[in-house]
Amino acid sequence: MTATTAQDGATWVRSRPGWTVVARKEFADHLLSARFLAMISILGLVAVGTVYGAAQSLGDVAQDASGAGIGLFLRLFTVNADPVPFSFITFLGFLAPILGIAYGFDTISGEVSQGTLPRLVAQPIHRDDVINGKFVAGLGAIGVIMTTVTLLVAGLGILMLGIVPTPNDFIRLVVWLIATMAYVSIWLALATLMSVVFRGSATPAVVCIGFWLLVTLFGGLLAQLGADVLSPVSPGDPASPLHNAQTELTLSRLSPAVLYDDASTALLIPEVRTLGIITYQQIDRAVSSSLTAGQSVLLVWPQIVGMMALTVVLFAAAYITFMRREVRA
Amino acid sequence: MAATESPLIEVEGLVKRYGNRTAVDGVDLEVRRGEIFGLLGPNGAGKTTTILTLLGLTEPTSGRVRVCGLDPARDAVSVKRKAGYLPDTVGFYDNLTARQNLRYTALLNELERDAIEGRIEELLEEVGLGNEADLPVGKYSRGMRQRLGVADAILKDPDVVILDEPTASIDPAGVIEILNLISNLAHHDGRAVLLSSHLLNQVQEVCDRVGIFVNGRMVAQGTPESLASELTEGGAVYELWVDAPEDTLREIVFAGDGEKPLSMTVSGPGRYRLVLRERDISGVMRSLIRNDVDVRQMRDLGSNLDQIYQRYFAEHEESDQ
Repeated sequence: MTATTAQDGATWVRSRPGWTVVARKEFADHLLSARFLAMISILGLVAVGTVYGAAQSLGDVAQDASGAGIGLFLRLFTVNADPVPFSFITFLGFLAPILGIAYGFDTISGEVSQGTLPRLVAQPIHRDDVINGKFVAGLGAIGVIMTTVTLLVAGLGILMLGIVPTPNDFIRLVVWLIATMAYVSIWLALATLMSVVFRGSATPAVVCIGFWLLVTLFGGLLAQLGADVLSPVSPGDPASPLHNAQTELTLSRLSPAVLYDDASTALLIPEVRTLGIITYQQIDRAVSSSLTAGQSVLLVWPQIVGMMALTVVLFAAAYITFMRREVRA
Repeated sequence: MAATESPLIEVEGLVKRYGNRTAVDGVDLEVRRGEIFGLLGPNGAGKTTTILTLLGLTEPTSGRVRVCGLDPARDAVSVKRKAGYLPDTVGFYDNLTARQNLRYTALLNELERDAIEGRIEELLEEVGLGNEADLPVGKYSRGMRQRLGVADAILKDPDVVILDEPTASIDPAGVIEILNLISNLAHHDGRAVLLSSHLLNQVQEVCDRVGIFVNGRMVAQGTPESLASELTEGGAVYELWVDAPEDTLREIVFAGDGEKPLSMTVSGPGRYRLVLRERDISGVMRSLIRNDVDVRQMRDLGSNLDQIYQRYFAEHEESDQ
């Protein structure tokens, strides 16, 4: 910022960046809101339910795990048993977008409908401080919720099953939390974008939920459809099923839900050694063993980076739209 | 001192276009310390656009704008540090109390932490919200919000205060309270105040100078009194509704023994506009009654700004067609 020649006032420099003030206020609002309570209770219920399910089938878990030798603790997150139809990570993969949408859909549209935006941008902060601060506050609230829920699962597991995580398990969990945050932040950024683009507080939420259903329910179907069109299976060509499967995999990886699913599977199930296509010849007589945490992280690195890149793209779109927009409603 | 000091708000040849539409078309204005300037005009005349330009919230297409000597387009943050703003239809976080809302503003302005609570208390008392300070703003009436808005705008102790439609949609008692507050800002605290309004009769009492804004242009500027006399050729304007043809009326009015009007024009069916040298129509009325002409209505057009503005606006519309 260049100094202006002024007879009555010099250029003013903030000692604390404006976005931190915005983020602090928004974070406090988030923690006190009914939304926070609702989200943490839903996810808490999921956590308790799935751990309870896993604990009920303790014997099965132990048996399943005995083949691999390690990773019993992580089974708490990945095993589903009778009363609960899904494992914790399946549930979370499905619900995580809701978390992002809940904390993003009214980022800007909420300020507009309350009439606080003109007053806020007339304060001595830069305009991007508003959207940056709010995004950071949203991430903070989501981080608190996710960490709490993960610790709840881990704590319940330790209590009910008496299994304690190894350092390796701990590393996997931390990286998995980071991957989850990356996934949720895609949805947070999408919801933020929608809240800039659409007026009214309900429209952005509805549009985001539409995207969520599209990605989680129809993503796989669309990838299959695309693969059948692009590289159809022909009876005369023995390589064609492989090409078809490869195309489907490539297309499905355009969906963040698939990226996240890949990442959480590989991180929390140490036995997963590849996320690509394996033929029977490749696994024939392979010794069943687990990857080290470092190797698993290496395996899902592209997925995590991909999710972060998508977040950046979506947030950049929201940022640019917001900066170009006229203040008047 | 006030005479030598340069104005706190200076606008020269401001133009703002949105695509093909020209919202503001060559506006000049100045506001000095201790002065209230009223930007008057109908909705959509370009008042809010002008105000947003002053705060650096929108960039001018051309023209020179200075607030406290700073260019808002280049150094918006510094300008916003020195200028308080009350937007039209001001909003607050409904779930927070008045005190919490003001505290957020104070932090955004980086006021000294120790001084914040005292300053908030003092301002809430000043705007008459001392007893409701810890009530969520969601429970506030429009008038209370507007007063809280004034407190919010002057929290940073600004040199310049910009108020967009401060009296719109509040009850008459609320209007008087707000106007008293605004008057104090300039005449007691010595700030430069710029306010916009489409309710001219409401704000004319507090404005030291006004500018009349029509279709993005400032068609007249000056003290309310000077505008009034400029418009009426230095005389007083009356409108008469009478049941008589123009010729008859003209004869009676100009032949009367009392003071003769400077001019008479037809302003509608059975409506005539007279300009008199003095604000006294008794002579004309006497002649009309003596000649058995029924006067249905008589209006004094030169007495308030609202009617002055109506006339400017009407003239402008005609010249556009």
